[in-house]
Amino acid sequence: MALSVLPFAITVVLLRRLVKSLELSGEAPEWKSLFKKGMIAAGVLFALEIVLKAGNFTMWLWHIGILLIMWLVLTKPEMKSGKMIVTAVLPYEAVTLFSDLAEHILPGVYKSVSAVLEIAQLFAVVWAIAMWINANKQQKKAELERQERLREEQLYRITEAQKAELEIIVAERTAELTQQKEALEKSLEELKAAQAQLIHSEKMASLGELTAGIAHEIQNPLNFVNNFSQVSVELMDEMQMELDNGNKEEAFAIAEDIKQNLSKISHHGNRADAIVKGMLMHSRKNTGQKEPTDINALADEYLRLSYQGLRAKDKSFNASLSMDFDKTIGKISVVPQDIGRVLLNLFNNAFYAVNEKKKLMGDDYKPTVSVTTKRLSSPLGEVDTQIVIYDNGTGIPQKVMDKIFQPFFTTKPSGQGTGLGLSLSYDIISKGHNGKLSVNTKENEFTEFTIELPS
Amino acid sequence: MKILVVDDEPDVKSLFEQRFRKEIRSGEMIFAFASSGEEALEYISINMHNSVLILSDINMPGMSGLELLKKIKQQHLKPPPFVMMLTAYGDAENYSAAMQLGADDFLTKPLDFIVLKDKLKKIA
Repeated sequence: MALSVLPFAITVVLLRRLVKSLELSGEAPEWKSLFKKGMIAAGVLFALEIVLKAGNFTMWLWHIGILLIMWLVLTKPEMKSGKMIVTAVLPYEAVTLFSDLAEHILPGVYKSVSAVLEIAQLFAVVWAIAMWINANKQQKKAELERQERLREEQLYRITEAQKAELEIIVAERTAELTQQKEALEKSLEELKAAQAQLIHSEKMASLGELTAGIAHEIQNPLNFVNNFSQVSVELMDEMQMELDNGNKEEAFAIAEDIKQNLSKISHHGNRADAIVKGMLMHSRKNTGQKEPTDINALADEYLRLSYQGLRAKDKSFNASLSMDFDKTIGKISVVPQDIGRVLLNLFNNAFYAVNEKKKLMGDDYKPTVSVTTKRLSSPLGEVDTQIVIYDNGTGIPQKVMDKIFQPFFTTKPSGQGTGLGLSLSYDIISKGHNGKLSVNTKENEFTEFTIELPS
Repeated sequence: MKILVVDDEPDVKSLFEQRFRKEIRSGEMIFAFASSGEEALEYISINMHNSVLILSDINMPGMSGLELLKKIKQQHLKPPPFVMMLTAYGDAENYSAAMQLGADDFLTKPLDFIVLKDKLKKIA
């Protein structure tokens, strides 16, 4: 009796393959351990067979074991990955089982068919080998595919991780940028507010300079309004007295005086009105509306206000003013508040310059500030209005000439000038009115600002 | 009494003439008018021999009232003319500047002619 080497080998290989295919598919782990135990059992059975030389008995155990495995694989859906291997071994097992059964139960029949059975066995072996090779191939392919899938999964996981990481970075950057944007917007707002505040304080500073001039300018007409009206009341009493006395001629003369007084009252009332309006025009919010404006009247008003303002601050100061107005200018379309501010600014500068020079030169120096207006017509028929503001003051040193229109540039002692006057004036003339503001000066001799406004 | 009024406002003349018409008519007061400090100095140099009372504005183009005051007081005329400042600037600074330069009185605009008349009569 030969040893059951082949059944043992079949059993072990079958079980191993099943374990391996189960590992690959990752299904039914409980079967895996059962199969491992089966392998141990096969080893023990084979060992017993060697020791006990019980080949005839164990042969049937091998058949039962192999059939059991085959039955499990073919009937349990979770074992479908082992079907191929079972299919490979099945014909051999069937032939061997039949051959063994025939040999032991029907020895006569066995002898007659043993040759056929041997051939069948051979075919079964060939079949098994072919199937085995095929199964191996498929398994390798499946293994490759699995590894490929794993690689892809890994790659996908890495990509996902990188994506998540990138998203975090992007979110961080976005937050950072948003924060920066908000900070910038905030500082822009603050700068705008500061700019408005500065323009406002420049306006208020020049208004402050104006106030003293305005006070003087307004007290003078008021003086006349009050006194001419009071004196008129007295004259009325007198007139009545003369009429009672029958002194008709004298009464008429007094009536004539009263009439003149009333027209003076009205004249000075209008004067005060114009001054207040001018002040309001300067302080109120700029409407930016251009309107037909009498440039000569504007220049006259602001020259006087500026002069009185300076004298209110410095009693000893005086200057001769000269005005040369071209009456043919008529009214031109400008923003009167804006042009008023420019004029006030240039006049204030002119008076400041002559006052500074007066301090240096003493009594021999005759301070002069003049304003000249002129209508200019070009050969092309364009009409410009020119305003020239001249002073024989300290002049502007050559080295600061290119800075005088820059914001915050000032030559005045700190706290006395905002450094915005000329810069605002320049903007008003060039941007606001499409005109030109130019300067001609000689240090210690004169300064001459020229405004040119297109009509 | 001769009074020189110095003011650059032309209507000052007719105002004074009307306000003091009784005094002028009676010959009690004689008024002269100058529209600037320079003009006033010229008048004073010609009319030195007459006793003159000067009423001067402060804010005028050219020579200011304070300068005029200074120059008059520097001339040391005999008898020293009485100088009263009339100004729209009633502030303490202006007042003390005028007083320091030797002003004899100080009135603010709008002028109260009753007060002015009183003061003038007291001087006379």
